[in-house]
Amino acid sequence: MKEIAEKVVAGDVRTVARLIRDIDDGMPHVRDALKRLFPHTGRAYVIGITGAPGVGKSTLVDQMISHLRKNGKTVGVLAVDPTSPFSGGAILGDRVRMQRHSMDEGVFIRSLATRGHFGGLTQSTRSAIDVLDAMGKDYILVETVGVGQDEVDVVRSAHTTLIIVIPGMGDDIQAIKAGILEVGDIFVINKADRDGTDKTMSDLRLMIDMDQKKYKDGKWKPPILKTQAVFDQGVKELMDTIEEHRLYNFKTHGDLPFRKRKDRVGQELAEMVKARLIEEVIGGLVESGAFDMVVEEIVSGKLDPYTACERIVIPVLGKRP
Amino acid sequence: MVQKRRLRVMVAKPGLDGHDRGARIIARAFRDAGFEVVYTGLHQTPEQIVDAAIQEDVDLIGLSSLAGAHRYLFPRVVEILRERKAEDIMVCGGGIVPEADIPVMKKAGLKEIFTPGTTLDSIVAWVNANVKPR
Ligand SMILES: Nc1nc2c(ncn2[C@@H]2O[C@H](COP(=O)(O)OP(=O)(O)O)[C@@H](O)[C@H]2O)c(=O)[nH]1
Ligand SMILES: [Mg+2]
Repeated sequence: MKEIAEKVVAGDVRTVARLIRDIDDGMPHVRDALKRLFPHTGRAYVIGITGAPGVGKSTLVDQMISHLRKNGKTVGVLAVDPTSPFSGGAILGDRVRMQRHSMDEGVFIRSLATRGHFGGLTQSTRSAIDVLDAMGKDYILVETVGVGQDEVDVVRSAHTTLIIVIPGMGDDIQAIKAGILEVGDIFVINKADRDGTDKTMSDLRLMIDMDQKKYKDGKWKPPILKTQAVFDQGVKELMDTIEEHRLYNFKTHGDLPFRKRKDRVGQELAEMVKARLIEEVIGGLVESGAFDMVVEEIVSGKLDPYTACERIVIPVLGKRP
Repeated sequence: MVQKRRLRVMVAKPGLDGHDRGARIIARAFRDAGFEVVYTGLHQTPEQIVDAAIQEDVDLIGLSSLAGAHRYLFPRVVEILRERKAEDIMVCGGGIVPEADIPVMKKAGLKEIFTPGTTLDSIVAWVNANVKPR
């Protein structure tokens, strides 16, 4: 295990690739590797990029990589695509837009599927971020389709979160409002070469302004930018704005990296414990078929879910309610 | 642990021809078979394909070519994998490959070549029988 961590820190691509696979496949030995890697993390700046399918996230990530590389920064990319609920398989196509960077040694791109596992996308993505961080990447870009809670949680662990929309997404903007507005640090209207950009701009502006109270006392107010990712238009401005947000983060949190901030650490630890418990407790029951039997009993009316829950939890806690 | 290893497969199109319908169809068949399929798009060089395959930690690379690119490009992928000490990643090919070329391809290290008549089901069955997650 020591060897794995050493190779990751030395930047060995095959070891990194394999470790991320093992994390994704839930191999128990990864915990030891992650423990050893942790002291080497906390240096990378993590940017989350989220938005509906087809808005141009991958195209934008591709351009962002180029800008960062021009500035001499190394880049890790985690591109998450949904797993098919029917087969458990997935087509991971984000790479298509980024393949020109495939041979650049300063860039590591990895496609991830959302899977359906209990530990959840959030945990495995965070661990993958740690691996790329320990590998020495300066920036880590995480692309997710902004739909489920899992995806929102993933971008929540980013230092700067971009929410990408396109012109004419009236209803979708409503959807954003419901779910992920709060996590957006910067809003990007991509495909600004299309009609309706100004309308979308004013819709977004209105939404953000409704939260005016939140932005008092010098708090970061999410700017709205226009880009045309395919033409590399507006991307430089976007990178500048990300840099502003990075500086804001450092200023407001007293130069503390996220890892030293009590609120973040507490939240992430609680999530990690939850994921581990679910994995150990439910995982074992699922494997043995016991979980399914209990579910059957509830479905057939023989058992109520409250009693079922106690039956599962009490033996673990070793006490009566 | 709940999680089982899932097969990861890369579908790549080396060479100049601009048709990826076949590659997309096979990618979908692989997804429906429960594999995680990394798709790289058109016009890939063997070097790009290998670098991507290593970063993605795939078990198998499926190469597709319609325009005679196979003769040089397919074996080149195997060769570069060897150079990178990544020969544990299997390679197979598909598309328009003349019968006469098949033994040459296999000798070069491609595990299997699927010609246009091959059904999707039999390709999936071959992968299931021959490729184990490493
Ligand atoms: N017109 C226009 N099309 C774009 C722009 N950015 C991306 N696209 C196209 O939008 C499609 C989806 O892009 P992709 O990056 O795969 O979107 P993702 O699903 O959000 O990752 C592709 O065909 C891109 O070429 C843009 O600024 N303008
Ligand atoms: Mg994408």
